Amino acid sequence: MNPLSELGLAELADGLAARRFSSRELVAACLERIGATDPRVGAFLTLRAEAALREADAADASRAQGREQGRLQGIPLGIKAVLAHPELESSCGSRMLAGFRAPYRATALERLERAGAILLGTTNMDEFAMGSSCENSALQRTANPWDLTRVPGGSSGGSAAAVAARQVPAALGSDTGGSVRQPAALCGVTGLKPTYGRISRYGLIAFASSLDQIGTFTRSAADAAELLGVLAGHDPRDSTSLPHAVPDYRAALSGSLDGLRIGVVREAFTPQVEAATLQCATDALRDLEKLGAKTVEVSLPHASYGVAAYYLLATAEASSNLARYDGVKYGLRVASDDLGEMYRRTRSRGFGDEVKRRIMLGTFVLSAGYYDAYYRKAQQVRTLIRRDFAAAFESCDVLAMPTTPGPAWPLGERVEDPLAMYLADVFTVLGSLAGLPALSLPCGFVPGGLPVGVQLIGRPLDEATPLRAAHVYQQHTDWHRAAPTL
Amino acid sequence: MSAEQVRTLAELAKLELDAGEVERMRRELDAILAYVEALDALPTEGVPPTTHPLEHATPLRPDAVAGVLPVDAALAAAPERAGSALVVPKVIE
Repeated sequence: MNPLSELGLAELADGLAARRFSSRELVAACLERIGATDPRVGAFLTLRAEAALREADAADASRAQGREQGRLQGIPLGIKAVLAHPELESSCGSRMLAGFRAPYRATALERLERAGAILLGTTNMDEFAMGSSCENSALQRTANPWDLTRVPGGSSGGSAAAVAARQVPAALGSDTGGSVRQPAALCGVTGLKPTYGRISRYGLIAFASSLDQIGTFTRSAADAAELLGVLAGHDPRDSTSLPHAVPDYRAALSGSLDGLRIGVVREAFTPQVEAATLQCATDALRDLEKLGAKTVEVSLPHASYGVAAYYLLATAEASSNLARYDGVKYGLRVASDDLGEMYRRTRSRGFGDEVKRRIMLGTFVLSAGYYDAYYRKAQQVRTLIRRDFAAAFESCDVLAMPTTPGPAWPLGERVEDPLAMYLADVFTVLGSLAGLPALSLPCGFVPGGLPVGVQLIGRPLDEATPLRAAHVYQQHTDWHRAAPTL
Repeated sequence: MSAEQVRTLAELAKLELDAGEVERMRRELDAILAYVEALDALPTEGVPPTTHPLEHATPLRPDAVAGVLPVDAALAAAPERAGSALVVPKVIE
C-alpha cells in the first residue's frame, strides 16, 4: 500500500503544502488502493476518476502559483450516495434513484469544494439510509474490511469501509439513529454525528427530518475536528440549521483531560452488551481516567425505550418524506395509463423490502385512531429521554457508553429479522432522539480481530469536549491506527 | 394487525403488495408493534411531546426572489417532459 494512503487530513495538508507529494499522486494512490481492494470490499458505488485527477492537477497548479489554498485543497473524500450534487449519482442505494443527479449542490458539499476538497465518488448505503448493515442497498454489497464475511454496519457502511480500508482519508455519511457511529465502530474508525442543526441538511436527501444529520468518518478525532470546521455553520437554506457561531474545533482539541467528568451510563454497561465489547469500552474509560478524567455513574432511566420511540418517530417521518417518490418529477417511473397505478407500480418496483416496511409502519403510526397511542406517545417518550440527558449532564460533561452491543455480525445473519437489526442501534438512537453531538472512537478488538467502539456524547453544541477527550485518548493509544489486512 | 389493515395501509402508502407480501408484512409489522407496545407501560401524562429537537422558531426571510433554478435544470431528471411541462397520465377525464 502506498504510504500516502495511511496519512490523515492534517498530514496530507502539510505534505501537499510542503510539496512532498502532489495532489495528483494522492488521488492516484487512492484510486489505486480502491482498484486493489474494492472488488472485495464494495465501498464505492461510483467514482469520478477522470474528473478527480483533473481537479487534482488544478489544485497542484494553483499551489505552484502560490495561490491561497483551502484547508482541504486537493484532498479526495468519499461521499455517501445521499447528498445532492450535479456530478454525483445520489442513488441513495435505491432503484428509485439509480443514476439520479440532482440539479443543485448540498451545502455540505459546497463547503467541501470551497475548501478545495475533491469529491472522489459516492459510497454504498442502506437504501434511503434505512438499515444497520448496508445489506439493504439495492445496488451493491459492502463487506467489512476487517472480515469480508461480515457486515460493515449501516446505513453509511460504504463510507465507513472506505476509510477503514484506507481508500480515502475521510468520508461523509449521514446519521439518523446511528448510521455514522455504528458503522464507524464496526469498521474501527472515528465517526462523528454533530448536534442536530450544526451541519446544514440542505441537499441531504431526507429520511427523518427531525433526526437526520450529516456526519464524518475519519481515522482520528483530530481529522473529525478538521472536517467539522469546514462543514459546520448556519445555512439560510436549511431552516433547522443553527445560527450559533462555529468554534475553532482544532484549537479546542488541545488541553488536558484534568477535571473532565465522564458520565458512565449505567444502563449501557450490562450483560445485554457482548462481554468482550463491554470490556473494551470499560478499558477505554480506565485509560481516560489515567489521562486525568474522572468517571461518575449516571443513569438514563428511559434508555430501554429508545429503540421503540425511534422506530415510531423515524418511520412516521420517513413515510412522509418518501411520499415524494411517485415517478412524476425524477427518479424511476413505471409507466401506466392510470396515475394511481403509476404511483403504486413505481413505488413497489423502486423501493426495497425494508423501505416498504418502514413506510407501512410510519403510515400506520400516523393514521387516524393510532396517532395518539403511537406517534404522540413516542414524542412524549422523546421528551423523557431528552430530560434524562439534561439531568445526567448536571453531574458530568460527557456521557460514555459502548457504541454497539457487539462487533460486526456475519453477512446475511439478521436480514430475516428486522427487529434484531433494529436492536443494533440501542445505544445510538438515544443521542439522535436528543439531538446531541456524539462520537464513536475505536477502543479495541474482540476475539476474531473485530473492532469495537466507545461512544462519547456531549451537551448540545459541545462537539469540542468529546473531540478533545477522543483526541487525547488517541494520542496515548493506538487502536485508531490499526489497519485491516486487505 | 389484520390483512385488511395491511391492505388499507398499502393503499394509503401507494404500495402494491401481493397476497404473500401482505401476509409477510402483516407478520413483520405485528412483531415490531409487539415490541413497541412496551411504551404503553410508561406513564406519560402531562409530558409534552417533542415535535422537534430544536427550541427555536422557524426563521423567516424577506419575500424576495432568490436562488432561481432554471427550468431545464429542474426538469433534467424528468422521466417524461414536454417543454417546461412534466408529462403524466391523464388525471381528469
